[in-house]
Formats: sequence, structure tokens, C-alpha cells
Amino acid sequence: MTLLLELSVKFAFLCIILAMLCCTIRLLIGPTAHDRVLALDTLWMCAMLLALMLGIRFGDLIYFEAAMMIALLGFVSTIALTKFLMRGEIIE
Amino acid sequence: MNGFETLPAWAALPVAILLIVGGAVILIGALGLLRLPSFYHRIHGPAITVTLGAGCLLLASMLYFTVLQSRLVIHELIISAFILMTAPVVAMLIMRAAVYRDLRAGKRNAGADAGAVYSFPEKE
Repeated sequence: MTLLLELSVKFAFLCIILAMLCCTIRLLIGPTAHDRVLALDTLWMCAMLLALMLGIRFGDLIYFEAAMMIALLGFVSTIALTKFLMRGEIIE
Repeated sequence: MNGFETLPAWAALPVAILLIVGGAVILIGALGLLRLPSFYHRIHGPAITVTLGAGCLLLASMLYFTVLQSRLVIHELIISAFILMTAPVVAMLIMRAAVYRDLRAGKRNAGADAGAVYSFPEKE
């Protein structure tokens, strides 16, 4: 059962890293600006999940706070970027 | 491996299943973001990444730490509630920005007027 848990943790790590790779490719080739913002938002979310998986892998609850900070910063940065796309400035 | 040996089998099996399902869903959502043809298709891909995939991993983390430390560890509910509140807001804001920009640029093949909700302004 320990082997199953190790393999599933490795599988989840691999999936998240491949997902981040897909997001990075979309971020680089995205034809429009809103494509890039969407890819960046998904990349923030994948980074949050990666921090969470590190917490499971090392059995430490301290990674949870890192994951929460990443989620908060991702939300705020995406809001700022969409505001910039809509209006051309962030603080009116 | 830290703590994997001490986890009993009845808890290790659901944690492993949740991790595998969550990882697969995350990868499927990101592949949708990469492969779908237009922006209005692509916005649906990451939606399952941030709801079902993140939900599975958060549930696995809750279960793992609860069994490992023999007490109720549900800090992850904070992240779950935060994601469930902010994911629709982010999707709606990106969508509005995209529709606004496509209408302003007059891109008729981008799909911004699908469903006849929005219409292109008349050019004089």
C-alpha cells in the first residue's frame, strides 16, 4: 500500500508539471492577450496545487500556507490583468 | 518517504485514488487549454482544473493529514472556499475582457457574437 501511495504521488506530480508545461506553451504562443491572461491564471492555479502536493510528499503542513498565499496572489494578479485588458489602466 | 509507511491501508487507498483522479483531471484541463481551437472554447478547459482537479487534491490532502496526525486537519477548506468563490469571478472577468476586445477590434470570426447576445457596432 505504501508503494501505491508513492506511485500515485509521483503520478500527480507528473500530471501537474505536464499541465504547467501546457499552460506555458499557451502563454508563449497565445494569439491574443486574453489567451495569455487565461494561461497565466491556470499557471497560478497549477503552482498552488504543486505547493499542496509538496505538502503531501513531505508530510508537512507548512506548505499549506504557501499554497494559500499563491492562490491569493494569483486571484489579485488576474483581476489586475483583466482590468488592464478592459480599460487600459488598472487604477482609475 | 515521510509518513507514507505509517498510513493505514484503509486511508491510503482513497488518498491514492483521489490523487490519481485529481492529477488526470488537471492534465485534461490543461490539454484543453492547449488544444482547443478558439478562445471561447479554451476558456472551458481550465474550469475543470480549478474545480474538480483542485477539489480532489484538496480532499486528498485533508484526508492524508487527518489520518496521519490523528486529529481533524481541515485547513484546506479555506483554500477550497476561496477557489470556489474566485474561479467564477475570474472566468467572468476574462470573458468580459475578451468579448469587449473582440467587439472593439471587429473580429467577426472570433465567436464573440455567438448566441446573438452581443452584436457588432455598425460601421459608418
